[in-house]
Amino acid sequence: MKNMFIPAAARAAPQLGSLALILFLNYLAFPGFFEIRFQDGRLYGSLVDVLNRGAPIIILAIGMTAVIASRGVDLSVGAVMAVSGALAATMTVAGYPVPVAVIAAIGVGLLCGLWNGVLVAYFDLQPIVATLILMVTGRGIAQLITEGSIVTFNEPGLIFFGSGAILGIPVPILIAACLLAVTIVLVRRTALGLLIESIGVNRSASSYAGLNSKLLLLVIYGFCGVCAALAGIIIAADIRGADANNAGLWLELDAILAVVIGGTSLFGGRFSLIMSAIGAIIIQAMNTGILLSGFPPEYNLILKALVIIVILLAQSFSSLGGWAFLKGEFRAKGTRQQ
Amino acid sequence: MNTRLLPLYATLLICLIAYAACLIQFPAMFSTRVAGNLLTDNAFLGIAAVGMTFVILSGGIDLSVGSVIAFTGVLLAVLITQHGVHPLVAFAVALAITTAFGAAMGIIIHYLQVPAFIVTLAGMFLARGMCFVMTTDSIPIDHPFYAALQGVFYRLPGGGRLTFIGCLMVAVFVVGMIIAHFSKFGSYIYAIGGNRSSAELMGVPVARTTIGIYAMSGFLSGLSGIVFSLYTSAGYSLATVGVELDAIAAVVIGGTLLTGGVGYVAGTFVGVIIQGLIQTYIVFDGTLSSWWTKIVVGVLLFSFIGLQRVLVVLSLRRSAAPTGG
Repeated sequence: MKNMFIPAAARAAPQLGSLALILFLNYLAFPGFFEIRFQDGRLYGSLVDVLNRGAPIIILAIGMTAVIASRGVDLSVGAVMAVSGALAATMTVAGYPVPVAVIAAIGVGLLCGLWNGVLVAYFDLQPIVATLILMVTGRGIAQLITEGSIVTFNEPGLIFFGSGAILGIPVPILIAACLLAVTIVLVRRTALGLLIESIGVNRSASSYAGLNSKLLLLVIYGFCGVCAALAGIIIAADIRGADANNAGLWLELDAILAVVIGGTSLFGGRFSLIMSAIGAIIIQAMNTGILLSGFPPEYNLILKALVIIVILLAQSFSSLGGWAFLKGEFRAKGTRQQ
Repeated sequence: MNTRLLPLYATLLICLIAYAACLIQFPAMFSTRVAGNLLTDNAFLGIAAVGMTFVILSGGIDLSVGSVIAFTGVLLAVLITQHGVHPLVAFAVALAITTAFGAAMGIIIHYLQVPAFIVTLAGMFLARGMCFVMTTDSIPIDHPFYAALQGVFYRLPGGGRLTFIGCLMVAVFVVGMIIAHFSKFGSYIYAIGGNRSSAELMGVPVARTTIGIYAMSGFLSGLSGIVFSLYTSAGYSLATVGVELDAIAAVVIGGTLLTGGVGYVAGTFVGVIIQGLIQTYIVFDGTLSSWWTKIVVGVLLFSFIGLQRVLVVLSLRRSAAPTGG
């Protein structure tokens, strides 16, 4: 963020370019794509819809960026979403006031995140392994909370988080934007971002340099849990119900994909929150585009898989020094084996 | 005592204790029927878990398993029911595709040095997406050959049935054990999982082995898909979501170290049986819901990961301590 604007924009060129391309393709498929109108006290339009539906992915991607920058990964965010959504819905139905239910849901997300953080930081488990436990158990816990049924609610206070609007702007977009702004200020106006990157580059060196890496990891995973809880509340509020089986299913993958599209390396180190948010918007723009163009939504998964593969190819070629190096590598291996 | 065997013994002990606890509450569970069904109901999971064992032993992970199983099921249903292909031909086609699919993932993982979990994640999306593209309906398979295969079973004393797919799972485990412990390929896998760089320096063909491991996992996922389609007589694109997690859980509960290099195929068998026991218990109880399976499996997963962590720390401490004396 402190860099000059031009280099930052140049670095972001591939992502911004692909976003523009996808939006343009959406426009070709659906000429009314860029229309935005103000109706019933809120904004409507496909672009608003992309942001609105993308808000949970943006929120997840913010937490996931911090985790991935620390050279970790959190596979449990989808399950945590299900748990927090289930808790918010069940408590609301049970008659608790909405703020209590929401705070409890965020609290349970924090607890889940801290649990992952303890396993990663203090038990030294690999992040994939540590978060896998909650990924398996989380949906079971969510079903325990909802007692196996889909809990539906009609409490306007909770629904507000999913489909309400302030000054015409849908609430999910506002939550995502506020979280993004606060997090960027936190990590870039303090040393926090630098410290996260240093853990990601070399954790033991950071520890020797006097950084309390265990505590920082705990905070990072806790934050990721809170983000997942927020996303879970929004999704539950949006569909006015908590579905323990399907809420947030595969969203952990979307979140990881958003971060990777945003250019943060899976091997930790330099990260950019705003680019992850753009990555999330790209994913949602693809989803919306496929729906608008009349293709069956099933094509979405294939498209995502292809996008992941293309990005991986691009990233790994640049990290290996491109084709030339790769060819050399093949040749070297061939001669070694003979 | 060999600490490497400790998790395996712990798994066996837990399995026996769990079975004993089940028996005390429901004496009817002591029957060949329950044992036969345990094998039949978990056949597809067991076969996929063998492939997962090899992948995890090598220090990798394969998240595409569940999708590949569903893909195979849908492909078989489309080929057999809609195009009138003979099941045996369809089996061969399906196995060829899934093996090639696994090999392709292995190639990407090895040559592009991308983390296995993200490559197989893309594979998971791709396979599931291909299911949806073929069909979103559940297609029944009604073919005399299927009926014949489903009718093959050995009647155990006491009324239990040892079905074809149950026996196939046991056979796959036996072959898996032979590959793991009595073949060159098996020792290469352990070597890579233990330490990739030193394995490479020792002359282990890392590229060939890595591709072979993922190809084998793809093949076994395909076989598991065939078994699943025999089990359900249908192909459905939303089937077997999350089976990769069950398979990983079975491998870990079976005592295999998730970081690779240490573990036994036999342990995975016990891990599968433990998961099957939990489900059987829930069925017998009748009041518990199936979500308890996930929670109990999660708790077991945590305990075994914790146990192995302790063992690793202990062995590190022992090797760091001065020898002699």
